[in-house]
Amino acid sequence: MPVIWIPALLRDLTGGAEQVRTPGGTLRQALDALEARHPGLHARLITGDQLRPDVAVVVDGLVSPLRVRQPLNEDSEVHFISASSGG
Amino acid sequence: MSADPQDSVQEAAPAYRVIGTRPIRQDGLDKVTGRAVFGADVRLPETLYGAVLRSPHAHARLLSIDTRQAEALPGVKAVVTAADLPAITLEGDWGDNLRYQSQNTLAADKVLYYGHAVAAVAAVSPHIASEALRSIQVVYDPLPAALDVRQAMREDAPILLDTLRTDSLGQRGNQPTNVASHARFERGDLEQGFAQAALVVEREFETATVHPGYIEPQNASAIYQSNGQVTIWCSTQAAFGIRDDVANVLQIPVGQICVIPTEIGGGFGGKNSAYLEPLAALLSKKSGGRPVKMAMNYSEVLAATGPTSASYIHVKVGVDRDGLITAAQATLVYAAGAYPGSPLWGGMPAIFGAYRVDNLRVDGYDVVVNRPRSGSLRAPGAANAVFASETVMDEICEKLGMDVLEFRRLNGVRQGDRRSDGVPLPRIGFHEALQAARQHPHYTAPLGGPHRGRGVACAYWGNHGGKSSATASVHADGSVSLLEGSVDVSGTRTSLAMQLAETLGIPLEAIHPRVADTNAVAYTEGSYGSRTTFATGWVVYELGQKLIALLSERAAILWETSPDQVQFAEGVFSHKGGEKRLAFKELAARLDETGSPLMASVSLAAGGAGPAFAVHLVDVEVDPETGKVQILRYTAVQDAGQAIHPGLVEGQIQGGVAQGIGWALHEGYVYDEAGRLLNANLLDYRLPTCLDVPAIEPVIVEMPNPRHPYGVRGVGEIPIIPPPAAIANAIARAVGVRLTQLPMSPGRVLAARLARDA
Repeated sequence: MPVIWIPALLRDLTGGAEQVRTPGGTLRQALDALEARHPGLHARLITGDQLRPDVAVVVDGLVSPLRVRQPLNEDSEVHFISASSGG
Repeated sequence: MSADPQDSVQEAAPAYRVIGTRPIRQDGLDKVTGRAVFGADVRLPETLYGAVLRSPHAHARLLSIDTRQAEALPGVKAVVTAADLPAITLEGDWGDNLRYQSQNTLAADKVLYYGHAVAAVAAVSPHIASEALRSIQVVYDPLPAALDVRQAMREDAPILLDTLRTDSLGQRGNQPTNVASHARFERGDLEQGFAQAALVVEREFETATVHPGYIEPQNASAIYQSNGQVTIWCSTQAAFGIRDDVANVLQIPVGQICVIPTEIGGGFGGKNSAYLEPLAALLSKKSGGRPVKMAMNYSEVLAATGPTSASYIHVKVGVDRDGLITAAQATLVYAAGAYPGSPLWGGMPAIFGAYRVDNLRVDGYDVVVNRPRSGSLRAPGAANAVFASETVMDEICEKLGMDVLEFRRLNGVRQGDRRSDGVPLPRIGFHEALQAARQHPHYTAPLGGPHRGRGVACAYWGNHGGKSSATASVHADGSVSLLEGSVDVSGTRTSLAMQLAETLGIPLEAIHPRVADTNAVAYTEGSYGSRTTFATGWVVYELGQKLIALLSERAAILWETSPDQVQFAEGVFSHKGGEKRLAFKELAARLDETGSPLMASVSLAAGGAGPAFAVHLVDVEVDPETGKVQILRYTAVQDAGQAIHPGLVEGQIQGGVAQGIGWALHEGYVYDEAGRLLNANLLDYRLPTCLDVPAIEPVIVEMPNPRHPYGVRGVGEIPIIPPPAAIANAIARAVGVRLTQLPMSPGRVLAARLARDA
């Protein structure tokens, strides 16, 4: 199952767990499954039906332009990081 | 320091034909002969001249604005205030962001910083426009100002934005505040890590507000036609970003706006956002569609466009007896300016980004203050952070009696280590850069005199990828027109054309690159984040591959075979198993025979921007009587990935270091107690000059980025990060005092030295 790395400020919702394995063929499906186990995560990361605009998702080391629609593999590693651009 | 094996197996360097050479940049001739068209050169028939009235207060309620006298002045064609901007009714965070952008364009009910735009006029001459500004009567109700982040965080601080609540990744506070957001990275057990430490160093730092300091002020010319179409010429790093900003502020569809980027006289992150562009368009609309031209003077640039954040930073680092880091903690408090959005996202990953730290916590706070909205100065937020962390690391080395590069070798990140935000690092060249610094003659050269010291600092920067687009047309003479969506801020027309020439196997001179307007090419992110040669370069590579596929189809038509029987190598198409061959130029000449002209376009979102690492060495001499710091020698080592044009990479390194020197020693906004900016001119805002900056020796280390077709990493931003820390460390070695405030002006250096002696 894909492993979701939980941002530090959301770990109160996972009992302190830094990583959670959860099923899901896409990030949206994984987040839905995560919400069932750890209620409240969804509301902290999702606005409407999209990822918060100030959050980027990194899947297997690459920033995903597909965001919640990003397909996940069985061994995918998912991180939520601050959206960034640069100067 | 022992020899360091490679982190990963390196492939043999590919044999490139164009990449790695140093051709004359293709925009060079126009620039040195004065033919290049900058924003101020745009001249349109019937042009009106715009000007902006700005607040003399740092914080005040706007009780009334009377524009009647200005409107009645002969020659004045339009006057606008916030009342002329459409209301933004969208709810939620995104709606708040749009309202902030609108209010930063023209203040609505309050002014939030000295220089905040209050009204704008368009007139038949700049002189009449200035006179009209003087006749606008504004009644303010001044309010107390919060200029400093720690002042703004106090419970009794004046509140800038009534609706602002602290956001902690989706958890919202319930009290009015100036703290817009809180973010955190955390891993391991911090308490245990510090308990294991044999030495703990804990320090506080402050850095000043500084400006990107580009030479060309913001400018814009706009025509708002009666059919609703808006055309804007402006100096920007982000043509599509300006288009979107104007659409948001004026609430018109993006399809009605065409932004034509002119040549740019510097940006460094300061020209990603709109200031004058919506005003010029609005004034054009209100004056019946006449062109309106606007340009800031430099006082306006300093007072009203995005500087980078002032900051307060607390750092605590523990190491064991061998110098291995056992724990690291930092709190970064960044001044956002009048609206949320300081570059914590850059500072937080950077502060311990060069180090492997198992027990770590980094907290960041974005705080609004009565200063101009912060912008994205080169490697936004990172130089502040690294000034703090690298000063502490140097003090640890000093206390342990440890070689500063050995400390980095021991603790420096390698491929597979996790960044502060948890993401594993791909192949990087940090240890190769450390090795290059150690082997450089500078590292062991005698200092040659008293009051001299050598400083070292390292840096990590993540770089950015993102969305880019380009279009190419093949001409009958074998040349290729390349239309690119990326504004050229650093010679990227050349570095992109080189990648296309390499891919197509044709001479660089056969590529004619041009920066396109927003109607001529698909969406492209701005030229920021060290992304253009990486992301748009990747687009150009894919564009070349697409052209080769299309040209193979044309060769197949000529040879009456199938495309899969055509192969391509080194600029020549050939028939598999046969003797038929056509060079690129020969095939281009025969396109007419194959039915139609040929062009192609590519858009992509580039992930995999390779992180950059830098190691800087600097020698300084401190005048013991005045505290003045003279830089004697500067060497900057950087992993550039594959350097497409080494000369341009070196230019980026030298430019970044020069800016970093200014940040370290000279620059800083000075406000009075009421929040009036006292040094809004280039005499008193002290940019470095040729007398302050020595010859800077760049050393390029090439560890190709495996996630780019040509191994490119971003190079433009990271050189600004290490200089303040490296110079602070050199001062400490020279005169034995550690400076914890930027800029390290002569007065501060002298005061620190006298305090130590006392």
